[in-house]
Amino acid sequence: MTEPLLRAVRLSKVYTLQGGILKTGGHAVHAVTDVSFDIRRGEVFGLVGESGCGKSTLTKLILRHEEPSSGEVFFDGQPIGRLKGKALLAFRKKAQIVYQDPYSALDPRQRIGDILEEPLVIHGMGNRHERLERTAWLLKVVGLRPEHALRYPHEFSGGQRQRIVIARALALHPELLVADEPVSALDVSIQAQIINLLKQLQSEFHLTYVFVSHDLGVIEHVADRVAVMYLGRFVELGSKDEMFDHPLHPYTEALLSAAPEPDPSAVRRRILLEGDVPSPIHPPTGCPFHPRCPVRLPICSTTPPEYREVSSGRWVACHLRT
Amino acid sequence: MKPILDIRELTVRFRTEDGGWLTAVDRLNLCLEEGETFGLVGESGCGKSVTALSILKLLPKGSGDISGGQILYDGIDIAGLRESDMRRIRGKEIAMIFQEPMTSLNPVLSVGFQLMEALKRHRGMSGADARTEAAELLRLVGIPEPRARLSDYPHQMSGGMRQRVMIAMALSCRPRIMIADEPTTALDVTIQAQILELIRRLQERFGMSVLLITHDLGVVAETCRRAAVMYMGRIVETAEVSELFTAPMHPYTIGLFRALPHKGKRGAALEPIPGTVPDLAHVPPGCAFQERCPQAHDSCKEPPPWVDIRPGHGVRCWLAAKGGPDA
Repeated sequence: MTEPLLRAVRLSKVYTLQGGILKTGGHAVHAVTDVSFDIRRGEVFGLVGESGCGKSTLTKLILRHEEPSSGEVFFDGQPIGRLKGKALLAFRKKAQIVYQDPYSALDPRQRIGDILEEPLVIHGMGNRHERLERTAWLLKVVGLRPEHALRYPHEFSGGQRQRIVIARALALHPELLVADEPVSALDVSIQAQIINLLKQLQSEFHLTYVFVSHDLGVIEHVADRVAVMYLGRFVELGSKDEMFDHPLHPYTEALLSAAPEPDPSAVRRRILLEGDVPSPIHPPTGCPFHPRCPVRLPICSTTPPEYREVSSGRWVACHLRT
Repeated sequence: MKPILDIRELTVRFRTEDGGWLTAVDRLNLCLEEGETFGLVGESGCGKSVTALSILKLLPKGSGDISGGQILYDGIDIAGLRESDMRRIRGKEIAMIFQEPMTSLNPVLSVGFQLMEALKRHRGMSGADARTEAAELLRLVGIPEPRARLSDYPHQMSGGMRQRVMIAMALSCRPRIMIADEPTTALDVTIQAQILELIRRLQERFGMSVLLITHDLGVVAETCRRAAVMYMGRIVETAEVSELFTAPMHPYTIGLFRALPHKGKRGAALEPIPGTVPDLAHVPPGCAFQERCPQAHDSCKEPPPWVDIRPGHGVRCWLAAKGGPDA
């Protein structure tokens, strides 16, 4: 096995909330707690979880948009937390992000050509002529036309804007593309276009993806491996097929059973979870999932389960599996 | 089955900035039967929410109006009703829940106050009775410690809890019809499952008719008996859900299913519908789907006819008129 492209070691992120008018008595929000994983070169790493589970915070940590409270991220073997100057700039080129909402991700007052050229200018790539050639090429790569460079974002539909956002992310020859809910704001008919485009670009440019989504159908379709997050922790990690066919964690099982299936004849065995996701300000003691878990044991409310490898490449944090 | 809501040739238009009119809903026919859950499916901008707002006569005054057709509720045409008469129906006979409960609840009033308001107004209850009934409603929608929750404000509750409050509010006058416009779209899957289960349970218990508006075919498969697919302001196909999902006829419906990632095609390329939805100002004459349709031909430049393929399964397409599409 070759060295992973990215390795996260015991990452945690705690935000402090300022309470009240006098900004006294802050609460700590445990957004990400003790998360470790590898991202292999060329894979699509799916990250699943419900709102507030910490998946967006985790993407910020691996891109160094936020500094972790503890733990470290290695990219190509280098600790990104210690990068400075040119080395940091080089890392920024290699790791790019595509956001959920293509409406807020593009400056409405910039032409598409300028939007795509900006990263090239910042990183001092090529002269004006070469840059224009590259923006025209980028537009073609994502299925738009070179003459679109002269237009403004409002002239494009949601799906086309997402293509522009993807083109911008590709401008600097990245190795890692973090896609944070890239199709969640799009209609089904357009969603499929963007998923296919991302898949095609991946094989064409040998990209590695971290694909974040709350939509299990989408994850099942695109990912090679999947990690499930709950209240800031990884509860399960494994290959997509194993995960979807034989989930090990009761939360994964409930999540899979809750996803509505477009098949009226499907036999459903729905596990309805009680209650809401607890607040990350006051996470439950023991296993974070135990207040909602349909199969909890007495030990679950007192002792947090260890996140361990139960078979090759298959990780889970559950007392029932140890 | 007796229809409780019978919409005939409903047309809704909106005024544009330059003084023209855009047709958002175009001669729509829809029949909601007593006690059923009917799904209205479509992508953003297809006119499904406008249809819902028209039924309750909540279209923005001055910019949108019903320019044709009838909405028959219990035999009365509510499309032509005066506002004072409509007030007796809206909320009381036909209630609605929306996608984002936070924007539908008043943030500066307690949940109890907002629930009791409708009880006092429509059911003439005293303050004390309304309080008891409000707590009972919260219990009915599965909110723990309902009496204590009455004094909570919307921001103190989670999204799922707020949607339960909205449902409690909709139920407060024992409506005969509930219109649910994307009721679970803003919620996480595990909470969505809870809310859909709740709607199903309450619908059975009170024998309500539910018009469920959604973009999610999975939600339709799980909750509805019949459904209609909308595109550019028109219904393009209606059928029983079991038939719609196994034997769709309209190329748009077929395209939607093929574009959907699901179990059977794990990892394989999806089949998107080419192009994008045209904007309402540039609807092609004839069939609105012709520019994106893989099977479009010359007759599609003329408005396609509505064809009943089987009882209960109708489609607006030239291919059906000529014996069905080559799937």
